[in-house]
Amino acid sequence: MSAGIYGLMAEFSDPSALVSAARKTREAGYVRIDAYTPYPIEELDEAIGIHHTRLPMIALIGGIVGGLAGFGLQYWTSVIDYPINVGGRPLFSWPAFIPVAFECTILGAALSAVFGMLGLNGLPQPYHPVFNVPRFALASRDRFFLCIEAADPNFDADETWSFLSRLQPRQVSQVDE
Amino acid sequence: MADKKPTKGSKQKGAPVSAGAGSRSLSSHLPPVVEPGYTMATVADKISEVVLTQNTPRGWYIGLAFSFALTMLLLVSITWLLVRGVGIWGINVPVAWAFAIINFVWWIGIGHAGTLISAILLLLRQDWRTSINRFAEAMTLFAVACAGLYPLLHMGRPWLAYWLFPYPNTMGMWPQFRSPLVWDVFAVTTYLLVSLMFWYIGLIPDLATLRDRSPSRTGRIVYGLLAMGWRGSARHWHRYEMTYLLLAGLSTPLVVSVHTIVSFDFAVAQVPGWHATVFPPYFVAGAVYAGFAMVVILAIPLRRFYGLQDFVTMRHLDHMARIMLATGLFVAYGYMIETFMAWYSGSVYESSLMNNRFTGPYAILYWSLLLFNVLIPQGLWFARVRSSTTALFMIAISVSIGMWLERFIIVVVSLHRDFLPSSWGMYYPTFWDWSMYLGSIGLFFSLLFLFLRFLPMISIFEMRTLLPESEVKEDLG
Repeated sequence: MSAGIYGLMAEFSDPSALVSAARKTREAGYVRIDAYTPYPIEELDEAIGIHHTRLPMIALIGGIVGGLAGFGLQYWTSVIDYPINVGGRPLFSWPAFIPVAFECTILGAALSAVFGMLGLNGLPQPYHPVFNVPRFALASRDRFFLCIEAADPNFDADETWSFLSRLQPRQVSQVDE
Repeated sequence: MADKKPTKGSKQKGAPVSAGAGSRSLSSHLPPVVEPGYTMATVADKISEVVLTQNTPRGWYIGLAFSFALTMLLLVSITWLLVRGVGIWGINVPVAWAFAIINFVWWIGIGHAGTLISAILLLLRQDWRTSINRFAEAMTLFAVACAGLYPLLHMGRPWLAYWLFPYPNTMGMWPQFRSPLVWDVFAVTTYLLVSLMFWYIGLIPDLATLRDRSPSRTGRIVYGLLAMGWRGSARHWHRYEMTYLLLAGLSTPLVVSVHTIVSFDFAVAQVPGWHATVFPPYFVAGAVYAGFAMVVILAIPLRRFYGLQDFVTMRHLDHMARIMLATGLFVAYGYMIETFMAWYSGSVYESSLMNNRFTGPYAILYWSLLLFNVLIPQGLWFARVRSSTTALFMIAISVSIGMWLERFIIVVVSLHRDFLPSSWGMYYPTFWDWSMYLGSIGLFFSLLFLFLRFLPMISIFEMRTLLPESEVKEDLG
């Protein structure tokens, strides 16, 4: 562990090189790794060990809560708090409550999916050490980066540096904290 | 997916945009989705150049100035409306709903194509949607914003618009949840919020690209704040794509429900010409029809003006023309069923309504509707028409006019002669009706011009996934 270092970062110029490098890094026993790419690459998920996300469950719960809240609101206002007798029709006219309950379900699920994604991703995040690498600006253009974090139990500044250099990157840089 | 070549479609199953292998083999004779010769860097440059350039094209200033002048007309009209009340419009009993509801439905319908392109075509893995989804989504937002103005202003006391929402109040009252007008409030609000989130989430990675490429400090700060610190982490992309898919899956039933609920505003009432079970599907199809027409109207000048013919290719225009043709036929079926049911119902009110449509004082509008919305679009059957931008543009204009006339006929012609001849009347739009309508078109285009100048009109990161170099080639198992 080295003080003041977030990790070491290798730069690649094409996605295939990044995916195979990520795979080798995992095989070498590193666990605190992340890759940075200009567009989503599905092969990376498995290469750096991303298994599943809780987002669908969060969205499902959000949808159910939204739907129940929408329906409950209509029931409570139309039947309990403000009952209006229109020609003797039933107060609990549930078919008429479906459209609003449906919209509330969608809204609840969409809000939870979006804010769940931002929350799990830790966004908005004003500062992150990877931006200290000057060439990292290319990660939003056409370069692919692999970072082994200093928090990894196997991390050793010199050894990890030479490991990354053996993966044939364009260059390796140190990410300052 | 059974594809021999290792195309992207077979690899990137979870990607927001994946080239569907099936669609590729079916439409192999069509032009490509992106012209060859682009790399990830040049795609980003080409799209972000429009935003990051220091030299704003003169055409942009002229367009914005013109649209902004119309927006000023809207502000004047709204001010006068607030001073004098809705009496400045031509509405009166029996036609108490006119331009306000016509324009509301027209704008909301236009918005639906944006959601269809971004959500339904995503779920169907239509990779060609990538180059048009961003500005179609922007179009949705601006159209919904224009639509939202009308019911608010039609209320007479727009400053009390918050009464529409259920909140505990000192009057001890709640909204009437059995009314389609209250459903509308929930549907349109949800639609606006979900469309906004969908659009913004789609923008985040591109905002990061702009942040990293902007030559000015202001640009870096503003785009940096908007990008929220996006760094393209693989873990983030994983959740991001899941969210995008979830939003697409949620938007699909939402967009159908919104126009269904809009149609309930009419269909739940008992007025002849409104009380029809065909309304929900017929309205949804009409919305998609009008929306695609608007996308075509916007895409054809945009691709020429900004030289984006390589990204928005003839294949896109051809696909959109086919969707217009299909939805146009649904709409024509709707007209046919309305006429048939008027006869088959045996109801004297229904048949006299139809008679009034064909031969009454507004008959010229009905026949124009059939011309603009049914007859002229039949040209889309011909490949030569679909491959001519001028012809497509003219047909799209014709559909936009036709769809507006359709709503005029549904609203005004149904209301002006209902059950009792003693309560019949006529509706004539006033200057302020027209000025609000033109003004809302000005607002729409002003917002659109600002969007084109300050945000990437095509999704940069999704365009990258369409390039051959984006594919991961693996030889190890």
